[in-house]
Amino acid sequence: MKKITQLFGFALLLTATLVVLSILGLILFDIVLKGAPVFNWKFLTHFPQKGMTEGGIFPAIFGTTLVTLISTVFAMPLGIGCAVYLNEYAPDNKFTRLIRASVRNLAGVPSIVYGLFGLSIFIQGMGIPPSLLTAGCTLGLLTLPFIIATTEEALRNVPRLTREGALALGATRWECVYSVVLPSAVPGILTGLILALSRAAGETAPILFTGVALYTRYLPASPLDEFMALPYHLYILSTQHHAIEQVRPLAYATAMTLLLVVFLLNFTAFRIRATYKR
Amino acid sequence: MEKIKMDIQALDLFFGKKQVLKNIHLGIGAGKITALIGPSGCGKSTLLRSLNRMHDLHPDARLTGKIMLDDHNILHGNTNVVHLRRRVGMVFQKPNPFPMTVADNVAYGMKINGLHDKPEVRRRIEQCLRSSFLWEEVSGELDKSALDLSGGQQQRLCIARAIAVEPEIILYDEPCSALDPISTSKIEELILSLREKFTQVIVTHNMQQAQRVADYTAFMYLGEVIEFGETQQIFQSPRHELTKNYVAGHFG
Repeated sequence: MKKITQLFGFALLLTATLVVLSILGLILFDIVLKGAPVFNWKFLTHFPQKGMTEGGIFPAIFGTTLVTLISTVFAMPLGIGCAVYLNEYAPDNKFTRLIRASVRNLAGVPSIVYGLFGLSIFIQGMGIPPSLLTAGCTLGLLTLPFIIATTEEALRNVPRLTREGALALGATRWECVYSVVLPSAVPGILTGLILALSRAAGETAPILFTGVALYTRYLPASPLDEFMALPYHLYILSTQHHAIEQVRPLAYATAMTLLLVVFLLNFTAFRIRATYKR
Repeated sequence: MEKIKMDIQALDLFFGKKQVLKNIHLGIGAGKITALIGPSGCGKSTLLRSLNRMHDLHPDARLTGKIMLDDHNILHGNTNVVHLRRRVGMVFQKPNPFPMTVADNVAYGMKINGLHDKPEVRRRIEQCLRSSFLWEEVSGELDKSALDLSGGQQQRLCIARAIAVEPEIILYDEPCSALDPISTSKIEELILSLREKFTQVIVTHNMQQAQRVADYTAFMYLGEVIEFGETQQIFQSPRHELTKNYVAGHFG
């Protein structure tokens, strides 16, 4: 009897796994099948032409890359600084726990809320025009809770003995954090950072009101210019375009590109973790 | 007895409400090696970590009494703990080299002490690695990661790192408990070679080790120092019944 229950449980779990895998596989297969015919070097390096019915998606790739970079520049120092404070300096009391709980909750806030928040604070509040800068900062806000959480995790994983070793040599707390703890935590911090980026790169809602453009004739020349982005381009091609059927292959190829970008980022994170794990 | 470097007087230590050290009186001889022995949980590591105020990291820890280093009570609130730890170095139970090169590990203490003169740092790295019997083995690998050294080499590197800041006292918290017998004997040889130059205190659960290296031995039990004296006396003719039973191996 016991054996049968065991077998049954095993089969159930295996089925669940297989179902998940096959859904993922089906999606990938469908996208690649329909996108591959137009996915080529020209597609990646050219502007859209003839009302987006032909040509490529280069400005969208360019825009997504830049906006992600800006979000990193904005969120990395803030996130790492906050995590270092929480993990290394903050006393373990109610207030600290409240901050930590708030950060965790921020991670669950829907991305459209971040979009509206960015609109009201950066654009209406500070008067910056909708641009790479405002969209980058909004995406940065979105990734902040993830960066804080993963950095804290990485810092927590630095053995107590390593810290004590530095302190026992007469290092101040800051010297200990700066020269021993942070370097030991770099692989973990970097992994978390890249995963956060890969999430930011695929987000549409936060950039919707904060700087993304349907179409630009030129590449953005400064951080204060509007830009095109892969996820938004995909949204336009698949739901808003006047010749939806005609641009469908382009939409699929765009999805393929976006997946590729996210996959590459995740793969890099995975490699970093594997290299430092020993 | 000769000059006392560190004098522990009526030391009590509490973690929250639990008293872990009870009325400790102990004089650490200058330039000598003092061993703290006793069964697990007797408070020997806790006592050792009081001597460079490592318990400051523990918000629940409360110490009363005095620990006189030369003429200054290090438990006094005005003690500069960072400065204290430069005078009282520590080597831990498990080797804990920093994830950097061999040379940078030794240089770490000098650098945070403000020594940046490169040739001088280089010279002292070599000197410290020679003093810790590591130079022959690693002189060609100074720029390799310290994490690639063997456990015994790492522990000797930690000792080199400790002596590089020129402390007056070195504390060892069971320094060989993670090492094989050959590495252990090298560490013991090293500790003996540093005698006179530094005042050394070693916590060990290995009674043979205490007999091999220590001038004086304190036997601790349930947070108290039961008996303290010359090592030979403690092991050959213990006065206290508990000490007698412990060194005879009746409990541990």
